Amino acid sequence: MIVALNGRRAELPDGATVADAVKEAGVDGDGRGVAVAVDGEVIRKVEWGKTKLEGEQKVEVVHAVQGG
Amino acid sequence: MRSRVDSGSRTPVSVPGDGPADGGAARAGDQPDSGFDLGDRSWGSRLIVGSGGFPSLEAMERALTASGAEIVTVALRRVDPGARGSALEVIDRLGLFALPNTAGCYTARDAVRTAHLAREVFETDWIKLEVIGDDRTLFPDAVELVGAAEILVDEGFTVLPYTNDDPILARRLEDVGCSAVMPLGSPIGSGMGIRNPYNVQIIVERATVPVILDAGIGTASDAALAMELGCDGVLLSSSVARAKDPERMALAMRRAVEAGYGARRAGRIPRKLHAEASTPGEGIPELG
Repeated sequence: MIVALNGRRAELPDGATVADAVKEAGVDGDGRGVAVAVDGEVIRKVEWGKTKLEGEQKVEVVHAVQGG
Repeated sequence: MRSRVDSGSRTPVSVPGDGPADGGAARAGDQPDSGFDLGDRSWGSRLIVGSGGFPSLEAMERALTASGAEIVTVALRRVDPGARGSALEVIDRLGLFALPNTAGCYTARDAVRTAHLAREVFETDWIKLEVIGDDRTLFPDAVELVGAAEILVDEGFTVLPYTNDDPILARRLEDVGCSAVMPLGSPIGSGMGIRNPYNVQIIVERATVPVILDAGIGTASDAALAMELGCDGVLLSSSVARAKDPERMALAMRRAVEAGYGARRAGRIPRKLHAEASTPGEGIPELG
């Protein structure tokens, strides 16, 4: 299926979860300091592995950056 | 031109910063030396520094250390697998509190969602709330700002809103339960200082939550003025990060905030149009 992952088209296997999308976005390790929103709604970290994605969803994977 | 300034008057001229020594001290969170209460915590430093705009993480670390700040603002953006180092690692190593912002949000909805993401990333319910109206001025959108503040306060966030230098808007933000009000001095990154000290003074006079001057600081005297006006703290970013020597400017800002606060507490002399001799006029010998 195709999702919009951080603004880019990404192909994920059917049945992929938020955890898979996080990995696809380039996050290594346990995802500390990372948060995810799917279609604008935050998915808590404990739910990443069991939240399945659907095609065309917008997945945003964010972390801390320098900012004023 | 204000009507009170007339050439024949000996009446003290009242301008912003001339308030009584206890003008700021009477409000909540004040302590004899420095330090203030913000949210549910006490802080030793009244200077809050943004982490954006530094030429390198190393420069940021040196400047943050020199500033003495305990609170550092950070932002959220999409992960970048190629990024080197992490601002959060530096902030953690220095033992500072990372205050997430909602920079770049134009609507209440986006700001609320960004605050939710920030809560996940930083494991804090503190948020520096920014909802801007356009990218040319970066002025807050008052309507969206109050709407977002109300929602986030209801959800249990400690909301610190970046706001216009508008006393009525500041009151509205306080009324919905914000933990501080943070009026701009002038546009973000402009370095124009405090363009309307009169409004800042009015905000300070009636606020019952801390007032933190946020945005527009260009140099140390601007930070000192903010404190002389009675602000409880100063939040600045570009003036340090984009200075030729960020570390040195950070130290200057630290001293400026302390000096301005001290001057406010001490109570400055009233301004007068004419001289008032400090040496006694009596007992002058006749030498002619």
